[in-house]
Amino acid sequence: MAETKYMTINMGPQHPATHGVLRVVLELDGETVVKSTPHIGYLHRGIEKIFENRTYWQGEPLTDRLDYTSGMSNNLAYCLAVEKLLGVEIPKRAQYIRVMLSELQRIAAHLLWVATHALDMGAMTVLFYGFRERENCLKVLETVSGARLMPDYIRFGGLREELPGGFIDMAKSFIEELPGRIDEYETLLTENVIWKGRTKGVGFLSAEDAIGYGVTGPVLRASGINYDVRKAYPYSSYEEFDFEIPLGTHGDIYDRYLVRLQEMRQSIRIVTQAIESLPEGPIKVNAPQYVPPEKEDVASDMAALIRHFKIMADGIKPPKGEAYVSIESSKGELGFYVVSDGTERPYRVRIRPPSFLNLGSVSKMIEGALVADVVAAIGSLDIVLGEIDK
Amino acid sequence: MSDNSEFLKILSGKLSGVKIVPTPPGEPSAMVERDSIHEALDHLKYDRDLSFNMLVDLFAVDYMGEEPRFEVIYILRSTKHNGRIVVKTRTGDEGLDTISDLWQAANFLEREIYDMFGLPFTNHPDLRRIYTPDDFVGHPLRKEFPLEGEDFDKPFVVDLEKE
Repeated sequence: MAETKYMTINMGPQHPATHGVLRVVLELDGETVVKSTPHIGYLHRGIEKIFENRTYWQGEPLTDRLDYTSGMSNNLAYCLAVEKLLGVEIPKRAQYIRVMLSELQRIAAHLLWVATHALDMGAMTVLFYGFRERENCLKVLETVSGARLMPDYIRFGGLREELPGGFIDMAKSFIEELPGRIDEYETLLTENVIWKGRTKGVGFLSAEDAIGYGVTGPVLRASGINYDVRKAYPYSSYEEFDFEIPLGTHGDIYDRYLVRLQEMRQSIRIVTQAIESLPEGPIKVNAPQYVPPEKEDVASDMAALIRHFKIMADGIKPPKGEAYVSIESSKGELGFYVVSDGTERPYRVRIRPPSFLNLGSVSKMIEGALVADVVAAIGSLDIVLGEIDK
Repeated sequence: MSDNSEFLKILSGKLSGVKIVPTPPGEPSAMVERDSIHEALDHLKYDRDLSFNMLVDLFAVDYMGEEPRFEVIYILRSTKHNGRIVVKTRTGDEGLDTISDLWQAANFLEREIYDMFGLPFTNHPDLRRIYTPDDFVGHPLRKEFPLEGEDFDKPFVVDLEKE
């Protein structure tokens, strides 16, 4: 009879701690993980293929459905790539609003992470607190776009419409309230013995490995590498804002938690600056061949109606070429590489999902660790399967 | 954004057959011959003057009707000097050498290309489909892959007698 040494365990795809449909096959030696194989693709919708068969306009709502916790960032990345193809310069006001909205979105995404990860670790109170603040943040985002998760508000050439009245006050009161709330989470978690026991030294990823696996975002910065696209390759006027990049030193889950909390505080700084120095001016670039006219004009002006119809029905035709843009989404570096062949449909859209590459490092983190730490390590990456599977 | 084109000059000095290409604009980009792609990336990673230690992205574009058919694009970044470089190569159905020995990140990314385009990578440690099931037929991001099945607009009828 053959001697069996290792036990194989299947985790997922329907496992509450995998945040979606991730399946990991674990080989165990007692309580220790010897080998792990992640299986993905259960949510694969072929978004890159759909892009090739839709007009540029029709592609934008698809980006909302990648990482559904940071729709604004996804919109922004795609729009920046297409705008690079079109060669248009966005008005300052629109750039500042874009920054403000993507930072609010980052706060919402990080709040979701703190809440759910604390739940994974058994600290249920934080879940309710985190979701309470996230709901307020989503309400702020809802007033501009009309949707909580799928905003589709940032458009080629600027924004869909001007900020609604009362938005600034809403954002301000949310931002003023938040630092105290983050302090509350810190009292619950930062010095909590159980939390520290579950996260300190767990899910360790060295700086060298993090670079080798192409890990980006808070996970990379928790390993001590100072790389943030907002600073390294500023886009949308990020160079005009004053903020810091929080770094970790140990590369474990506890540092990832600290980095994310600090990032929220930095995002608050950015939003405050954007509100204070919000320039006046148009929110759309003056390029009638690419940007549809205002709704009021469509109703009253024949030429505007025709132009609106042409842009919506035929789509826009960027010149032949390629454009690459990457931004810092809440999960890491989100890149869009768009190839245009001069028609109204993109020839190829490549999405570089940060979660996909971050997930690649999970085997490195959990092999040799205890099986109970697998949940902690996967959760600490803040993966979104909608983005990984595309 | 800093001008990183001096890195292309260093690379062309180390390796023959490196062609500087203008796309994508704003990024220094080079076209490398298919057979020397591993060597080129090895230089880019380990040469002290270059030290592009991070593989940011790796993907393919299908130019159906052209020869060779596929363009494979590598985007590298350096955490040392903050530079970014785009390396391209062209290949047919025969595929490429793996670079997963240089970056572990290439493991997943090459599996994705294998799944979506059907390009094999020689010496890859674990070349399996990554998104689609193992018994899936075809490679979805190839241009000839159909957008809808033959029966996509037919009602789904269960034949109970056959079951």
